[in-house]
Amino acid sequence: MHSVVCIKQVPDSAQIRVHPVTNTIMRQGVPAIINPYDLFALEEALRLKDRHGGRVTVITMGPPQAEAALRKALSFGADEIILVTDKAFAGADTLATSFALASAIRKIHESHPVTMVFTGKQTIDGDTAQVGPGIAKRLDLQLLTYVSRVAEVDEAGGTITVERRAEGGVQVLRTALPCLVTMLEGSNEMRRGSLPDQLRAARHELTRWDRVAAGIEDVTRIGLKGSPTVVNKVFTPSPRAEKAEMVTVDSGRAADLAVELIARIGGRFPVVEAELARRAG
Amino acid sequence: MSEKFDVIVVGAGASGNAAAYTLAKAGLKVLQLERGETPGAKNVQGAILYADALERIIPDFREEAPLERHIIEQRMWVMDERSYVGSHFRSDDFNKPPYNRYTIIRARFDKWFSDKVKEAGALVICETTVKELLRDDKGKVVGVEVDRADGRIYADLVILADGVNSTLARKAGFRPELDPKHVALAVKEIHFLPADVIESRFNIKDDEGVVIEMMGKITHGMMGTGFLYTNSDSISVGVGCLLSDFMTQKITPYQLLEQLKAHPSVAPMLEGGEMKEYAAHLIPEGGYHAIPQIYGEGWMIVGDSGMFVNAVHREGSNLAMTTGRIAAETAIELSREGKAMSAANLARYRARLDDSFVIKDLKKYKDLPDLPDLLDSNKQFLTTYPELLNRSARAMLTVDGEDKRSKQKDIYRGFRAERSLFGLIGDAYKLWRAFR
Ligand SMILES: Cc1cc2nc3c(=O)[nH]c(=O)nc-3n(C[C@H](O)[C@H](O)[C@H](O)COP(=O)(O)OP(=O)(O)OC[C@H]3O[C@@H](n4cnc5c(N)ncnc54)[C@H](O)[C@@H]3O)c2cc1C
Ligand SMILES: Cc1cc2nc3c(=O)[nH]c(=O)nc-3n(C[C@H](O)[C@H](O)[C@H](O)COP(=O)(O)OP(=O)(O)OC[C@H]3O[C@@H](n4cnc5c(N)ncnc54)[C@H](O)[C@@H]3O)c2cc1C
Repeated sequence: MHSVVCIKQVPDSAQIRVHPVTNTIMRQGVPAIINPYDLFALEEALRLKDRHGGRVTVITMGPPQAEAALRKALSFGADEIILVTDKAFAGADTLATSFALASAIRKIHESHPVTMVFTGKQTIDGDTAQVGPGIAKRLDLQLLTYVSRVAEVDEAGGTITVERRAEGGVQVLRTALPCLVTMLEGSNEMRRGSLPDQLRAARHELTRWDRVAAGIEDVTRIGLKGSPTVVNKVFTPSPRAEKAEMVTVDSGRAADLAVELIARIGGRFPVVEAELARRAG
Repeated sequence: MSEKFDVIVVGAGASGNAAAYTLAKAGLKVLQLERGETPGAKNVQGAILYADALERIIPDFREEAPLERHIIEQRMWVMDERSYVGSHFRSDDFNKPPYNRYTIIRARFDKWFSDKVKEAGALVICETTVKELLRDDKGKVVGVEVDRADGRIYADLVILADGVNSTLARKAGFRPELDPKHVALAVKEIHFLPADVIESRFNIKDDEGVVIEMMGKITHGMMGTGFLYTNSDSISVGVGCLLSDFMTQKITPYQLLEQLKAHPSVAPMLEGGEMKEYAAHLIPEGGYHAIPQIYGEGWMIVGDSGMFVNAVHREGSNLAMTTGRIAAETAIELSREGKAMSAANLARYRARLDDSFVIKDLKKYKDLPDLPDLLDSNKQFLTTYPELLNRSARAMLTVDGEDKRSKQKDIYRGFRAERSLFGLIGDAYKLWRAFR
């Protein structure tokens, strides 16, 4: 059992603020974190390792600072980390990103055959949810998206059974290995690594792969050159005009106030009024 | 887990970093454990860095440390509700490198310092809390236990650099509970403003900076001070008072800071800024008499954990770094001499501190922590006098047809009305004794 987990280092969007004067994003003090979805992917891979033994390799494509995200992954119990980093990767969109990651995973596969690839469902900065499927397609892997739990892996039979959250319920799906799983949020809880894992992570010699080491020859497929995405316009949506209103009962009866409010809402939204009238019979 | 280190340092604040860096640089095998997510992660606050203490640890720190501004002007304000009487000291001598004092933002500074510790070769583990000191059957400290699986780890020496709260030192019986009369609770905020706005508001340029210390009615008679520093593109503002005073006054630190920020002399300096973070923290102010036993069989205490803060001069991080460095140097020396980390040998640490500015300064102000008691029954220092001072200045500067001599008489009468002549003389004597 060898799982490769793809993680991305992202700015903690909960802590980003816009400068009141210059209107630019204040990155100062905004910590970089592992994309939260990817932690569910990593934990699920670690659980498979707990059950079946084997190996977990964590990989990211990003700038040198992404090392911190990888070391963190190691401190949770991953076995190996690989930083795919090269100036040539700069400006990658999802197409170029999945091309580069697929190449690197193929390279990993040469020395340690890969059974499964895990990604998060999406990132909190790019939000496209395209990279996982992009890798699966390029590596010709079965693809399972929106997975909430890996229920069972039958290594001998070469199958995997997962639960997938879908509209209206949970689907139980089985497919053949090797496959790629994109994990949903809230599906598990990241473990707290042991002290020996912390020591190992702090001492670990990081493996860095540049373009060549990642097995990429064609530079037109990566970085800005390999990115057909064009950002046409970036804008901040204007705040919605209609606002919630707080009403308090100062005097009189609450019921009267409620009736009056319903009439006011009905006046603005005739459809609602008609529906209410219909239900009331 | 049976791995053994030469030294385990608990905490990655100023004192822990100074100790771990010095030890690792000398080739000792060092493990540093920090509870926070990263060193200084939670701390975006500004502070004043005193160059000398750091220079003795990292001589060329000025070339790489994230420093905000060097301080060229110090203001001291005595305030009533609407005014202040102040003294400003500004000197171009402070513009001659190497500079002596800088403003820093702790989050950036602590991260830089921690990176230096790692570069020096120490192993730094974050998000890991030390729960317990491990001892052998003779009571010697032989390691620590952390809040993780397989969490026991051993060392010849454990240095406690775990800050003012030091649950470890208390639990181990090295130190008594904190006395609310001997700790201040300080709250701080950071307000972001463009650099050019800060420079024009404070009459400074490039990386020059200003510090304002404030006292008087802003603390409602509580023992404490307010402060404001300029960073590169932000302003740190805060106020701190004795915990015991907060407990009796029933005013929250937050309210106090809000009032300070709304003071007509303070508000214009902060106007238009965006408040980024609010943080509260304790400062040990017990001074010389509160210093506990700081070494023993296999252990030493450095920094705030050992109560090393000079409250009068608002110095903490420099004492933290200095005690960290001296503790480390003591351990390095013992290790080179092949001697055990026993209490008898570690006594050199205390002896060296006695010889340094750390203990000398704290000794100088040793009776100052009793000032609260003195002032408790003498609130005039923090309320009446500031008010009288401001009233006097206002009177002398208001041109209204009254002659100056009469004004002076009025002022004197004002003081006499609030305090008897004996009271005035007594107060001056008490203050002189405390600061002597
Ligand atoms: C319109 C648009 C314009 C953009 N323009 C630019 C630009 O000009 N320059 C630029 O640098 N970037 C740009 N980006 C960002 C870049 O395209 C994406 O960050 C990157 O391709 C990954 O896409 P994503 O973040 O949407 O990931 P998703 O597809 O949402 O991620 C799904 C999963 O894939 C994995 N994954 C994603 N990225 C990585 C990675 N790097 N390493 C390892 N695993 C990963 C993670 O497991 C993740 O959970 C742009 C994005 C968009 C949407
Ligand atoms: C509002 C305020 C303003 C100040 N301004 C200044 C100033 O301008 N100039 C100045 O010189 N000083 C100033 N000080 C004082 C200065 O901040 C301290 O003296 C200094 O930070 C002490 O350093 P330290 O390393 O001893 O403790 P700390 O910086 O408190 O570090 C202790 C570290 O130990 C960690 N820790 C605690 N317990 C454990 C555990 N069990 N396991 C693992 N880790 C643990 C904590 O997370 C923390 O990181 C100020 C203090 C305050 C509160």
